[in-house]
Amino acid sequence: MNPPPVTAATAPDAFSPATAAGGATLPSLAVAPDLPDLLRPVAPRRGLIGFAWRHPAIAIGGALMLAMLLIALFAPFLGTVDPTALAPARRTREPSSAFWFGTDMLGRDIYSRVLYGARVSLTVGFSVAILASVAGLSIGLVAGFMRWADGIVMRVMDGLMSIPPILLAVALMALTRGSVGNVITAITFAEIPRVSRLVRSVVLSLREQPFVDAAVAAGTRTPMIILRHILPNTLAPMTVQATYVCASAMIVEAILSFIGAGTPPTVPSWGNIMAEGRALWQVKPYIVFFPAAFLSVTVLAVNLLGDGLRDALDPRMAKRL
Amino acid sequence: MLTYIIRRILATIPVMAVVALFVFSLLYIAPGDPAAVIAGDQATPDDVARIRASLGLDRPFLIRFGEWSWQILHGDLGTSIFTNLPVAAMIAVPIEPTLSLMAVTLAFAVLVAVPIGVVAAWQADTLIDRAIMAFAVLGFSVPVFVIGYVLAYVFALQLDWLPVQGYTPFAEGVAPWIEHLILPALALGCVYIALIARTTRAAMLEVLQQDYIRTARAKGIGQAGLLFVHALKNAAVPIVTVIGIGMALLIGGAVVTETVFAIPGIGRLTVDAILRRDYPVIQGVVLLFSFVYVVVNLAVDLTYTVLDPRIRY
Repeated sequence: MNPPPVTAATAPDAFSPATAAGGATLPSLAVAPDLPDLLRPVAPRRGLIGFAWRHPAIAIGGALMLAMLLIALFAPFLGTVDPTALAPARRTREPSSAFWFGTDMLGRDIYSRVLYGARVSLTVGFSVAILASVAGLSIGLVAGFMRWADGIVMRVMDGLMSIPPILLAVALMALTRGSVGNVITAITFAEIPRVSRLVRSVVLSLREQPFVDAAVAAGTRTPMIILRHILPNTLAPMTVQATYVCASAMIVEAILSFIGAGTPPTVPSWGNIMAEGRALWQVKPYIVFFPAAFLSVTVLAVNLLGDGLRDALDPRMAKRL
Repeated sequence: MLTYIIRRILATIPVMAVVALFVFSLLYIAPGDPAAVIAGDQATPDDVARIRASLGLDRPFLIRFGEWSWQILHGDLGTSIFTNLPVAAMIAVPIEPTLSLMAVTLAFAVLVAVPIGVVAAWQADTLIDRAIMAFAVLGFSVPVFVIGYVLAYVFALQLDWLPVQGYTPFAEGVAPWIEHLILPALALGCVYIALIARTTRAAMLEVLQQDYIRTARAKGIGQAGLLFVHALKNAAVPIVTVIGIGMALLIGGAVVTETVFAIPGIGRLTVDAILRRDYPVIQGVVLLFSFVYVVVNLAVDLTYTVLDPRIRY
């Protein structure tokens, strides 16, 4: 006798932690006769170093992210002064031992501004990643499971997706005052269509999996199926997507601030510092380059983390990209 | 085939309708009452109400949306709040620099990205492949204005090879025109190259595993012919698709690139419009670029049958 739940439990599914861990062998592999040498399980190195060895992208990206996070958290204790303190007497000083990154045209210390700017960038990046993921998950789950809603929701998403994200965020920012909260809302809005599209496509393929049929046959109600069987399986691709959303949000925030549609000038964000250095950049390039370097390294860290997670969580994708 | 083309064109109508609805709502919920602005400081509430009625601002949302859409379909994008000029005319002036920048970037990016993607797939898992993919991650991560400043600093300020900023119209000669576009196109192209190269590599890897490639190899075809004629043809559909989707990056990036290189294009117009809260101009720009994006992706869809004769509708 073979009850359906057993099939459901052993059905290999793309994003389950078992395949994600990499080390665990599937039952089907274990019974295959005469494994070629290549497929024999290699004793993995243990501990943190082993993990870093197997996933260098996660290790490097994670370490850089952690460093940036610590910088943002402990900005007041890292030899900074008030990032908004004006001192016209010592404006546009070149980088020196007193002003590590120099001062801007209002005499503000760029080192302090850049360090405090990390707070804005990370706040925007993380908030947008979380908010867009939650909203995208809800919309994608509804669209993927309720056929009547799918058509309308996806047409709306198609329409919003055909507006280039930066322009969409710019248009929304033009409506409101510049504030960190508004920037987060505008960028989240611009990111939602892509996330919900991804969730919907994952849901549509999961729906056809035998374990969902099994749950339906066992009489599980639809909300429970979504919660217990669909949602957990969307988490791996969502995590990867969230890191890309985070990276994109950081870039868009900097761009918005750079063109004057982002955080208000009183908030030291990397985009703002660069916008203020724009007029002088040919003679004082350091004003632009220090925030630019921090921004690039942070986004690189998030992207590396995303690539690493993708390879670790979804080995099929890893081969393709 | 013809029915497919017609159906595909019709399918863009709801998409553009959503865009139009969004863009219209923008003005609808924008802070500030145009009637009060026109009436001036001395106006009584009655005056404002009268002006509002004469402008038709007191009518329901959907009726106003319908009328506005009708105007748009006739090429009337409204009037700028700031300059009182028609938005369509204001957009027409700086369109040349923006189109030039995007065209040069597109051509350059495709010419660079496809070959390096092919090479990365051919040399998969070697040092060359790793280097190309590392470059792709960098291209995704370093924002366009950062690349722009670095390039301008190195090649214009330090080496003095190319102009730092500005734009020369095409009519004044090809050489100065392209000279001013090289650095902006390089900066704008990086993220696009990264995107296309990654997709090309992925598509090629899949194609190179197929049996007909082995057959072609056995037949004695040269490596270049095999990669660029036999394999690339079959990898074309995803590559062309991502070129179309990537247009969104190009459009958004153009706004920023123009700011860095002081190119008097649509990006400059947009930035000025944001600072002045000139909503009709922002609406016009969003509408125009979204339309371009939709049309490009429609064209991409329609090329599928040419690229892959197996696709039949």
